[in-house]
Amino acid sequence: MPVLKDITLGQYFPGTSVVHRLDPRVKIILVVSYIAALFLAKGLYGYALSLCYLALAAAVSGIKPIQLVRGLRPMLFIVIFTAVLNILYIPGEHELFTVFSLSVTLEGVTTAIYMIMRLFMLVTCTFLLTYTTSPIMLTAAIEKLLAPFKLLRLPVHELAMMMTIALRMVPTLIEETDKIMSAQKARGADFESGNILKRAKALVPLLVPLFVSSFRRADELAVAMECRCYHGGAGRTKMKQLRVTAPDFAVAVPSLLYFAGCVTVGRLL
Amino acid sequence: MRGNRKMDTLIEFSRVSFSYAADSPNVLEDISFSVRQGDFVAVVGHNGSGKSTLAKLCNGLYVPVSGEVRVNGVSTAGEENLLAIRQQVGLVFQNPDNQLVATVVEEDVAFAPENLGVPPEEIRARVDAALEAVGMTEYKLHAPHRLSGGQKQRVTIAGILAMQPACIVLDEPTAMLDPEGRREILHTICKLNKERGITILLITHHMDEAALAGRVMVMNKGSIYLDGSPGAVFARYAELGAIDLAVPQTVELTHFAGLPPAFNDESCAEALYSWIKGVKPC
Repeated sequence: MPVLKDITLGQYFPGTSVVHRLDPRVKIILVVSYIAALFLAKGLYGYALSLCYLALAAAVSGIKPIQLVRGLRPMLFIVIFTAVLNILYIPGEHELFTVFSLSVTLEGVTTAIYMIMRLFMLVTCTFLLTYTTSPIMLTAAIEKLLAPFKLLRLPVHELAMMMTIALRMVPTLIEETDKIMSAQKARGADFESGNILKRAKALVPLLVPLFVSSFRRADELAVAMECRCYHGGAGRTKMKQLRVTAPDFAVAVPSLLYFAGCVTVGRLL
Repeated sequence: MRGNRKMDTLIEFSRVSFSYAADSPNVLEDISFSVRQGDFVAVVGHNGSGKSTLAKLCNGLYVPVSGEVRVNGVSTAGEENLLAIRQQVGLVFQNPDNQLVATVVEEDVAFAPENLGVPPEEIRARVDAALEAVGMTEYKLHAPHRLSGGQKQRVTIAGILAMQPACIVLDEPTAMLDPEGRREILHTICKLNKERGITILLITHHMDEAALAGRVMVMNKGSIYLDGSPGAVFARYAELGAIDLAVPQTVELTHFAGLPPAFNDESCAEALYSWIKGVKPC
């Protein structure tokens, strides 16, 4: 019955591993530099080294490999699609065989393989970040990292607050959607049959009440926040202070050097 | 120590009238009353009697059209005093889902002290104390959406407690809860009032919840209809009936038996037992 229960948005697996305990800002910086390294890396060695790093990080984090693989499933289609295009359209010197007058080349196949690896590693490393960092730490880190942009009058605190509230409300709204769906079904609504157009139309009586109630919720939440003395980001303190400590450096510095190695090794060999 | 203990009057309404728009009729009409530090006051009345509006006037969410609301002697009309007033008078609403801000219980409880700029170590201490006070310590790392209604509402109370307020105003806090959750909340409220001397203003339409209070105010059509101890209020049987409010069943039963009113099941049972045995109740 609960159709929407298996949504894994912003899923977090609590733990005490080194990866879990790293300062979230350090983790975000590492993920961003890792992604940059993936795009700059070339050749088999570059990718192999990047993969090793990811495997090590995953192993240390204690996240089950199956969880990481499961996260990859939704993007399988797009990966296969682009891989096929790559294989068929990349010109090269070593022709392997031809399909429908399109020549498949060795270069095309290797590019496709590299691209698949790159995409998978990219997605896996971001999953590793969200799996090992609680949403609240993540938003706190983003708020801190974006703090310099406050000088440009970017509403950094407000953005972080919006993220927190959105994450808080996702399960509540999912629950509500389930309830409205059941209520509509009880009155004979049909969400499952018919073509796409018909099914999209069937969603209207679901979305309208959801939309209206979201506004009501937003209003009540705003009043409740006001009652708890919320008055924007000015003069606010945090219960959990983020601190970059020695272990953070001990992980970050070698990691960044390693990424640099990944990038250069492909170019040298 | 909580500030201003020696000042007896905590919240004071003097000749307060309120309307939502200039051309609409007054929701509250010329209301005057005061709540003393440590009081437990229940406000009862039908929907539309103005009791929720009264709650929002207590901490300056609404400002009276005429008259004045003072908290610790400070008027809620001044914008500059609002933070101090809201820290003193916390509000809890009906739906806990729409009051919780964070994805982790303890982070949510920390929200108010964070807003007040309390230093981190003290926030930690306040959060732990507040969760302890409502009996939710073991759930401090849980996600709010996995808790029961009563537990969620206890977390919202903890969120208010973390401000270290002098008074908590609860606007029908049990309306969306199952009987179990209702019991939990009422127990928590009574405990906070008795053990910590926190002033409670409980707005409800359950007469048996009102019976827990030391003082009951009955609202009708924007004014105070009756005001007194539960005994005195429930004794005015006919007047309550005139505005379609039923007294708690235990009071009704003892009334019919010609006994002094009983406010809970136990004292009612006891009174009836001794009455049946022919002993004159004391």
